Amino acid sequence: MARVPIGPLEYTRRTWMRLTLLATFVFLYAPIVTLVAFSFNDSRRNIVWRGFTTKYYEKALGNSELIEAFVNSLTIALLSTLIATVLGALTALLLWRFRFPFKAGYEGAMALPIVIPEICMGVAMLAFFAKVGWPSGLPWPFSLSAIIIAHVSFSFPFVAVVVRARLAGFNQELAEAAQDLGASEWRVFWDVMVPFMRPGLVAGALLAFTLSLDDFVITFFTSGPDTVTFPVKVYSMVRFSVTPEVNAASTVLIVLTVLLTSAALWLQFRQEKKES
Amino acid sequence: MEDWRRGRSAFWLIGLGPTFWLLLFFLVPLAIVWLYSFAELRGLVDMEVTGTLDNYARALDPLYLEVFGKSLAFAGITTAISLVVGFPVALAIVFAPPRWRPVLLLLVILPFWTNLLIRTYALIAVLRVRGFANFTLEWIWEQSNTLLSLLGLGSYQLLGERFEPLELLYNNTAVVIGLVYVHLPFMVLPLYAALEKLDRSLIEAALDLGASQWRAFMTVVVPLSMPGIISGAILVFIPALGSFLTPDLLGGTDSQMIANVIERQFKSANDWPFGAALSFLLMYLTFAALALRAVLARGRGGI
Repeated sequence: MARVPIGPLEYTRRTWMRLTLLATFVFLYAPIVTLVAFSFNDSRRNIVWRGFTTKYYEKALGNSELIEAFVNSLTIALLSTLIATVLGALTALLLWRFRFPFKAGYEGAMALPIVIPEICMGVAMLAFFAKVGWPSGLPWPFSLSAIIIAHVSFSFPFVAVVVRARLAGFNQELAEAAQDLGASEWRVFWDVMVPFMRPGLVAGALLAFTLSLDDFVITFFTSGPDTVTFPVKVYSMVRFSVTPEVNAASTVLIVLTVLLTSAALWLQFRQEKKES
Repeated sequence: MEDWRRGRSAFWLIGLGPTFWLLLFFLVPLAIVWLYSFAELRGLVDMEVTGTLDNYARALDPLYLEVFGKSLAFAGITTAISLVVGFPVALAIVFAPPRWRPVLLLLVILPFWTNLLIRTYALIAVLRVRGFANFTLEWIWEQSNTLLSLLGLGSYQLLGERFEPLELLYNNTAVVIGLVYVHLPFMVLPLYAALEKLDRSLIEAALDLGASQWRAFMTVVVPLSMPGIISGAILVFIPALGSFLTPDLLGGTDSQMIANVIERQFKSANDWPFGAALSFLLMYLTFAALALRAVLARGRGGI
């Protein structure tokens, strides 16, 4: 088959462009791929391939501190997502529905947790919980309350942005029709608004969940010795040494986030298909 | 949109929860840090808010000015490299066949969904002295040496007596590599969004009128994608400026950024007032960058 000559605008077919694209993807993926690959490598020195093994996964599974940190992270992510989704949805509704004095200022304040550096938020949380004398040493799920509160504070404005984008496409006539047919404000909310917001709520909740699971800096400042999360635990392990066990633990987290993200993308795709 | 007075009860019912949360668990903590930045240490842990400006004055000490300068430089260089690397990538995605576009875009975003700490850790494993980067270089060195021997040049030791691994980790270069690695998707996405909207016939017109590809790129593509360039630059610059993990794990003793100094004040040095002043200075720098973006956007008639 004769090669079609490259047109002036077919930049992607030019060799140097392809090489740039390839080099970028190698740069982005090589570290992650090697990390995953060498979690299966039967060598502590971690550098020459010496055969396949799952012993570092067994080791990571047998590390009770690591498992505890993992359970803590999941619990925090679940609870903070629940609260953040409700608060984010309410924020979105408020900003979408009402005109009120100082609205621009209110919106600016709501965007603050998104724009300020993580370190500033981390130290603010540290100072706050120290100042109010937040009780430490509570029984288990409650011992995580400080971290959960911090996570809700930085994730609910993100949920609000996502849900508000969804609400922008709402047809006000639907709500009016329901009201004309005698539905109370509450019924309109539950039977019309909430179903319409659902894809936004799901996308927002998944975003909040990954944000919470990912966060290191803010958690670092709010966690105590008995409330270690997975990233905080991995951080202390990394500072200590680079071991295949950390690779194994990281691989588990990577797989988890990729699965969650794929689920989010799939849900969004399905919704778009349904609506078009 | 309805006026809040027309539905007072709904307004309060919807607004009370989030407002209360934002106030108590975000604005109050920030206010506490702000007050601490005007406090003096009394003893080991006690502080008294006296309204002193000493903490801010101390930040002007050459030692800390250097840290600020270095942070700005790191963030600036990171933004520049991301732009230079990200532009061809975005361009290649936009001009790729339609069915490839979502796949390529997803490939750019996917690493962003992996935990930041894990990505940084992965870079350590690649860059350290006995890491994969040096391992690959050593392999290339050995192969070239074998090749030279085959050519009968083996005895001259043209490539040195033995392979010297490069010190890639724990220095400024490692921090910049790490920052680019982490922030590149933030640059590619807005560039893609801007380039996708670009009217291709404009490039064609420039080429038809005799402009070279480079000239068409510089005089048509770049100016028209300026909103994307500005958005991308801000999206990379702001988080890079406040980075903590990357310089902490990849940097050496002389590549610490503001966030690392702040962390030290709160965690080990126990000088909260100074740490508070530094974190507010960092926040003001962030706001300045955002304001700059707003000014640029207005100058261009809205982005």
